[in-house]
Amino acid sequence: MTEVATTTKKDWTSDQEVRWCPGCGDYSILTAMQLLMPEIGTRREDTVFVSGIGCAARFPYYMNTYGLHAIHGRSPAIATGLAMARRDLDVWVVGGDGDMLSIGGNHLIHALRRNVDLTILLFNNQIYGLTKGQYSPTSEVGKVTKSTPMGSLDTPFNPISVALGAEASFVARTHDMDRAHMQEIFRRAHDHRGAAIVEVYQNCNVFNDGAFAALTKKDARAEMLIPLEHGKPVRFGPDGERGVILDDGVARIVSVAEVGVDALHVHDETAADLSVAFALSRLADDRESPTPIGVYCAVDRLEYGGGIDAQIAAAQADRGPGDLEGLLHSLPTWEVS
Amino acid sequence: MIKTEELLPEVREVERIIVRFAGDSGDGMQLTGDRFTSASALFGNDLATLPEFPAEIRAPAGTLAGVSAFQVHISDHDITTPGDAPNVLVTMNPAAMMAELPRLESGGTIIVNTDAFNERNLSKAGYEANPLEDGSLDGYSVITAPMTDLTKQVCKDIGVKPRDAERSKNFFALGLVSWLFSRPTDPSLHWIREKFAGRDAVIAANEAAFKAGHAFGETAELSASRLAVRPARFEPGTYTNINGNTALSWGLVAASQKAGIPIFLGSYPITPASDILHELAKHKNFGVRTLQAEDEIAAIGAALGASYGGHLGVTTTSGPGLALKGETLGLAVSLELPLVVIDIQRGGPSTGLPTKTEAADLLMAHYGRHGEAPLPIVSANSPSDCFRAAYEAVRIAVRYRTPVILLSDGYLANGTEPWRLPSVEDLPDVSVDFASAANALNEDGEEVFWPYIRNDDLARPWAVPGTAGLMHRIGGIEKEDGTGNISYDTENHGRMVAIRDERIRKVADSYPPTIVEGDADADVVIVSWGSTWGAITSAIGRMRRAGRKAARVHLTNVYPLPNDLGDILLRYDHVIVPEMNLGQLSKILRAEYLVDAKSICKVEGQPFTAAELHHKFQEMTR
Repeated sequence: MTEVATTTKKDWTSDQEVRWCPGCGDYSILTAMQLLMPEIGTRREDTVFVSGIGCAARFPYYMNTYGLHAIHGRSPAIATGLAMARRDLDVWVVGGDGDMLSIGGNHLIHALRRNVDLTILLFNNQIYGLTKGQYSPTSEVGKVTKSTPMGSLDTPFNPISVALGAEASFVARTHDMDRAHMQEIFRRAHDHRGAAIVEVYQNCNVFNDGAFAALTKKDARAEMLIPLEHGKPVRFGPDGERGVILDDGVARIVSVAEVGVDALHVHDETAADLSVAFALSRLADDRESPTPIGVYCAVDRLEYGGGIDAQIAAAQADRGPGDLEGLLHSLPTWEVS
Repeated sequence: MIKTEELLPEVREVERIIVRFAGDSGDGMQLTGDRFTSASALFGNDLATLPEFPAEIRAPAGTLAGVSAFQVHISDHDITTPGDAPNVLVTMNPAAMMAELPRLESGGTIIVNTDAFNERNLSKAGYEANPLEDGSLDGYSVITAPMTDLTKQVCKDIGVKPRDAERSKNFFALGLVSWLFSRPTDPSLHWIREKFAGRDAVIAANEAAFKAGHAFGETAELSASRLAVRPARFEPGTYTNINGNTALSWGLVAASQKAGIPIFLGSYPITPASDILHELAKHKNFGVRTLQAEDEIAAIGAALGASYGGHLGVTTTSGPGLALKGETLGLAVSLELPLVVIDIQRGGPSTGLPTKTEAADLLMAHYGRHGEAPLPIVSANSPSDCFRAAYEAVRIAVRYRTPVILLSDGYLANGTEPWRLPSVEDLPDVSVDFASAANALNEDGEEVFWPYIRNDDLARPWAVPGTAGLMHRIGGIEKEDGTGNISYDTENHGRMVAIRDERIRKVADSYPPTIVEGDADADVVIVSWGSTWGAITSAIGRMRRAGRKAARVHLTNVYPLPNDLGDILLRYDHVIVPEMNLGQLSKILRAEYLVDAKSICKVEGQPFTAAELHHKFQEMTR
């Protein structure tokens, strides 16, 4: 690798006018990304953002990198082909909760279980924005929207649980109100070999304003966000007075004073068994209870494109590089003179 | 080279023979037919095959639903179809007799495994009386052999259990048929030893069964005389016997090698296309990447993603899968990236007839996307022609930066014929030029890269990620002409629609002149596409030998149509279009050229026979 030239946020900003609604959470995510990129030390031409359809999916237009704005739900599949073909590239996938978990749910879970080298950002605002306000697969039960005037009946997906159930090797959560946290998590996701997925709590101030306010407001965070830090007991609260224990496989919030620090669960993001990470992901089933953020798991597992390349190398070592004449003569032949 | 046997004096020479092997799915008839074919190919006959099998992997044994058949036409001259009515029918059980006898030519030869004609099997097949005994086969030449028992006997001598021995009875049939048609035995014996290497008991049983069948022919007093078909006169060269899906896979590999870009195949298993995935997965040493995707949509999506990255994106499917790929095809049309989409057509709609052939996806290939979304369509004529068709699809995709649909079908996919191997050096140029530099000046006079600046072919640059200075964003939203920026401007949209239409029409400028075969002064022209080529060739031959002049045009580039086609068609009083659909090409020709194209339609899961086409041609041109 040759030296990567120093860049600034401006270098990573495209000439396109940003067209999200004023006040949209997407702006802060974009800024976090444009500020992070110069620090990651990668080249713009080696970076590709792939997206589907939705507000979040406009993201690639605003990054001065290669960008592919595809069709609804299909970005993980399209990015899979790109990342398998071109392992030299940094391939990012950006989409919303409808794009990734509804129409594209199948592609998402398969990209994760295959462990394709992708960094997937799932902007979760729990609503359909671009189609103007229908409920999404992450909306809470009973949500009243244009398409559910009497309240939605669907049980929502918990994106972290879905990702863990799909055997993802890197799963994390962050939110749009904390740039430093976003950057740290995006950087970790980028550095991970294989499929990394980050759920970003993102505010849609037009159709679902304040969906995560109870968790992400500055003065609520200490009380409501449970930071997951590798090798440390899981605890939170302004003075660390609350914590998480595993009780027969179930994660429960407890008072540290009552159980003692030693009883707290010590977070191990490298645990190959994802059941503890899954238990942590079940901690919050609403938007008003304390919710873990940070890296749920970061497991080293065969990266798909690398596996394919290894098979190609093995086939070439075994049979030599492809010989077209040889291929054409590989079935029984006969000569006519 | 295979040593050919001396023709024995009692052998009668014939120009061609059509043999149909039929039995239960578990009887190994596909393998028997395939072996007989290979021995004939190595002997030097021209040939064409038609495998037919049920959709069920293991239909209930002994039933009509479970009948599997393999037809092979061998000849001492150039032939183009697996033949109409078989001359010889090999029936391994009553169900096969019931299902296949109606196809046999009158007075044809039937070879029967009598052991299978017991009460239980007869009743399963729907026979009230045993056809071997009730005189219903009078008029046919019947060769009976207790194949199961004889196989068990010879196997017993070498210590193979009767249950295992029974599985070898298809080799008894192969041995008998090989004797009857004077096939060399070496290739089959050699094949048995190679195929079952390491399983000595199986080799021994199969060899014993094969030799027993051959000896049975020699020693039993058979009512039919022994026949021989001399080698055909082929153009000099090296030949191999190949099926359509293999030829197609090799065509892709060849084009990828010539283009210098690796194949990326995204595919979801579907009959009858899966064998292309299997074949390409074997060739990783050519740098081929295959992804068995989670669904048809992911398969084309991943292929498109790979194309975006500078690989040769390919996806393979059959009709139902092509329906699912429609939206991504629209994106590929909008992105103007190379992509090869292969549809091995089968009976439809819906699940339809998965193992039977049909060619009714032409209009879907043309129009199966929303908006004005034109793309080139290429089709294959015969099993070996699938190589050329695949190569041509890649040529167009790469040069014109467009998705291309290649239409083959179940008949071509599984059928085989001898193929003269092409010279690798003589394969056409399919070179790729990736963009490497800025191509425009912006308002400030700075050099910039615009992804929708076009060359003389109206193709846009293929600028792959990793190329410094060419970063750009593209997507499915309408793009501004030139810059490629998002544009909701309505006039721009009209212009882009027109450009996309024109740029695909321009593909026709790269075709050679259309070949009109047959009589220059004919008043009738037969126009066709796809796998009907063989049957039409044969039918026109019959027509002309009978003194009726005829011309024919067989299209291999179905869209855009050749520039000279309109003028050609206007020269004839009769334009006849045989198709394995309800008249899809005919509809297009009528719309495009205002000619009174008349259809001959067959949508029965079976290819046309030359006889039925000949009959129709006569009727329609009286």
